[in-house]
Amino acid sequence: MEFFVFVCAALMILVGAVGVISRRHPVHAALSLVLTLFGVAVLFVAQDAHFLAAVQVIVYAGAIVVLFLFVIMLLGVDRVENLRTEPLTAQRPLAVIVSLGLIGVLVAAFVTGNGALHERGEGIKLPDLTSGADANTTQLAESIFSQYVVAFELTSVLLVVAVVGTVLLTRRYIGSDKTEVKQIS
Amino acid sequence: MISLTLVPTATWYLVLAAVLFGIGTFGVLVRRNPLVMFMCIELMLNAVNLSFVTLARQLKDVNGQTIVFFVMVVAAAEVVVGLGIVVAIMRNRSSVTADDLAELKG
Repeated sequence: MEFFVFVCAALMILVGAVGVISRRHPVHAALSLVLTLFGVAVLFVAQDAHFLAAVQVIVYAGAIVVLFLFVIMLLGVDRVENLRTEPLTAQRPLAVIVSLGLIGVLVAAFVTGNGALHERGEGIKLPDLTSGADANTTQLAESIFSQYVVAFELTSVLLVVAVVGTVLLTRRYIGSDKTEVKQIS
Repeated sequence: MISLTLVPTATWYLVLAAVLFGIGTFGVLVRRNPLVMFMCIELMLNAVNLSFVTLARQLKDVNGQTIVFFVMVVAAAEVVVGLGIVVAIMRNRSSVTADDLAELKG
């Protein structure tokens, strides 16, 4: 059963990923990205990471892809990239070599280092139907809010900085600032 | 009935993550639309998340899932700032490809 789930999710992931890099229209690429993100969420569920699967669907497919689509619509949807021409000479063969070499190195590392994967934690709790609570969410919350609470607070600072910075980046300048912006462009 | 007997091991998931990472790398190197380049970076981040979750189950250590949570937060912040920069650039010009951003070239 897990084999069937793995094959279906892997097909979703690979078809979506190839769609992202091969579709000329950015909207189609964003929708292919949704397919990949859902496939990854399925594999999260298959590996007992239920909370992360929910966050994956909500944050990635629900927020980030919508943000992508919003920016694509804001900048104009009719801009289609011409994938036939190759502006830099020999860029694509070099990119193929680099990415295939990267895959080869990673796969070789995973296969040869497989014996070094020793169990060292206290285990990931599986949800049980009797308690009614998802044990994975509880365990993850205990990890985040006890051992990594400082990092969790720092992520809130990071998000505030990102939001304020983006508002400053994208706001329209009025008055004397406008001439400065025109000089840049 | 062979599908019921085959159980995907951790290596299968890790190889899938490696292939996804390679596809994302190829996209970042080849595509010229900055939005699509950001999408390819998301592909690479998802490949890393998948390998983290796989290793968390393999090593029976929940810290692998904790770091995926933080990676997701940082990825969201990165996309927000990146798209803000793209919008700020595109407001002043008409073209969208990354090749046109050559103001610093002497």
